[in-house]
Amino acid sequence: MTKADESLNHDVLIVGGGLNGPALALALARAGLRVAVIDSLPLVTRADPGFDGRAYALALASQRLLRALGVWPRVAAEAQPMLEIKVSDGRAGEGPGPFFMHFDSAEIEEGPMGYMVEDRHLRRAFLDAMAETAAITQYPSATVTAQDTSGAVARVTLADGRVLQGRMVVGCDGRKSGTAARAGINRQGWPYGQTGVVCAVAHALPHGGVAQQFFMPHGPLAILPLKGNRSSIVWSETSARAKELVAMEDADFLDALRPAFGSFLGQIRLEGVRFAYPLDLTLAESFIAPRLALVGDAAHGMHPIAGQGLNAGLRDVAALAAVLDEARARGEDIGAPAVLRRYQQWRRFDTATLALATDGFNKLFSNDNPILRAARGLGLGLVNAAPRLRRGFIREAAGLTGELPPLMR
Amino acid sequence: MSAATNTVDPAEVAKFEAMAAEWWDLDGKFKPLHMMNPCRLDYITSQIAAEFSRNMGSAAPFAGLRVLDIGCGGGLLCEPMARLGATVVGADAAARNIPVARVHAEQSGLTIDYRHTTAEALADAGEQFDVVLNMEVVEHVADPKAYLAACRALTRRGGLHICSTINRNAKSFGMAILGAEYVMRWLPKGTHEWSKFITPDELTALLRAAGFNVLDTKGFQFNPLLWSWRISDRDLSVNYVTTARAPS
Repeated sequence: MTKADESLNHDVLIVGGGLNGPALALALARAGLRVAVIDSLPLVTRADPGFDGRAYALALASQRLLRALGVWPRVAAEAQPMLEIKVSDGRAGEGPGPFFMHFDSAEIEEGPMGYMVEDRHLRRAFLDAMAETAAITQYPSATVTAQDTSGAVARVTLADGRVLQGRMVVGCDGRKSGTAARAGINRQGWPYGQTGVVCAVAHALPHGGVAQQFFMPHGPLAILPLKGNRSSIVWSETSARAKELVAMEDADFLDALRPAFGSFLGQIRLEGVRFAYPLDLTLAESFIAPRLALVGDAAHGMHPIAGQGLNAGLRDVAALAAVLDEARARGEDIGAPAVLRRYQQWRRFDTATLALATDGFNKLFSNDNPILRAARGLGLGLVNAAPRLRRGFIREAAGLTGELPPLMR
Repeated sequence: MSAATNTVDPAEVAKFEAMAAEWWDLDGKFKPLHMMNPCRLDYITSQIAAEFSRNMGSAAPFAGLRVLDIGCGGGLLCEPMARLGATVVGADAAARNIPVARVHAEQSGLTIDYRHTTAEALADAGEQFDVVLNMEVVEHVADPKAYLAACRALTRRGGLHICSTINRNAKSFGMAILGAEYVMRWLPKGTHEWSKFITPDELTALLRAAGFNVLDTKGFQFNPLLWSWRISDRDLSVNYVTTARAPS
């Protein structure tokens, strides 16, 4: 019999109500745990359906997680299936190079490799799903000023003086995680000197569900299909150049984009505004501390080159939910080191490998060295010519490799 | 429980807290128990849930069940049982374990009745339980037959008795004594006496003689590559466990 139950208002305190936080809250509520979700922004701001140009490439495994959490039906109508991915080496003014890789979901039996979903739809769907879940209490417009995870309960103090108690705290608060900082977890970071310029364009011709990735000398350019004749652009450039691109008039920006973009989608025009995200690789030295775990960018921020940021975060979510669910059913203390270590063992190696792989990939492609250009052209051609290797890449892109948590199967 | 701990002096409490920390240190001297514990708990919880038709998805699935853990040590099994809602008595013949287990339960916000006593003494006092956990004890007792008779007396009609121990063969000698005590130094030398190990057939016979119906036997198998334990249907060669029912 648990006598502390009366004083414990929650089992798990989640800091961060972006995407990973709500996904974890829903997964834990399904496992019978009572969850608090703390976010500094008010609900109306987070639910704002205005289009800000951001979109995510949800891998198939991530889509399965959303389906299991009851979130998928809320965004399905707005999701664009990614049927093919084309990767090629390009040079400004020349368009795509002669060598390319082509991944077609028709080659694997699982269906599309993933879906493009806009941030605004996903955010709204998560908020609606949380509002309908009795085991989740939201603390919007709430800033965490202190946390104490050293004892048998975890405590989080909010700016208004309220103190929340739980068995553990989970930091889903991004690459500048205050939760990690307060726990004294150091991070290692490698700045790329690149900035991602993100926006959406409308185009005259249909994209056919094809995602394009061009490796340009200063960084990759991704053209990702959205619903209708629209695409999301993620253009990585040197930080100085990115600053110029964001500051430009729309017409000038389109003039700068066109040579790289090519003409295969016809006339283009901008939709919404442009955002700039400085790109860097960050890795928390530990994903756990006593009564504390880090999820998503709080644990590992990676290059968006392969669209793996949110997918890696959702994998953390599914893995942590599986570990905590199993522990709860055994009667273990969910915040105990024995339990949290299982999460760390499951996820840390995976994500460190992925972060370093995307880093290496980016370094290999983000330069104009003629020898490297020839070598990577050859590499792309070779991968494209080898069906087994190609199917491996397709499964990796769909997030179907490695030990899948139950919610993603 | 707090009344019991409040009567001891602060220096004693500090000592017990240090010992509790040692018991619950994953990398400390009870590391082998911690490594095995999830696997033991999976087995125990699934057997209890099946026998008493409990839904493990509910908040306190073992509510209303009275559980005894014999040889409770620092409370590695008692605390999970209490967290699942059971009313738990932890018994240990080693007096020093009792205050240690109490301190940790209090820190964890759990109510557990820890007693310095033996199975025989509890049986003599007429205590009865829905579930008796008898994990890694029978290989240490002087007279297994008398000991299991006491366990039978402690199990109410229709109740469960879950008993794990170590098989006696060349492999168990290599793994449990040479491996765990001498090579890995997981356990102090002399922890186990190989001649006291019991084969599954012998244990089944002893349990039947004590008046139990044996329902299930499984192995606990150590995987040195994954460095973890799992439940095995067939491999009873070293660590194994049985579930028996006291006839109703």
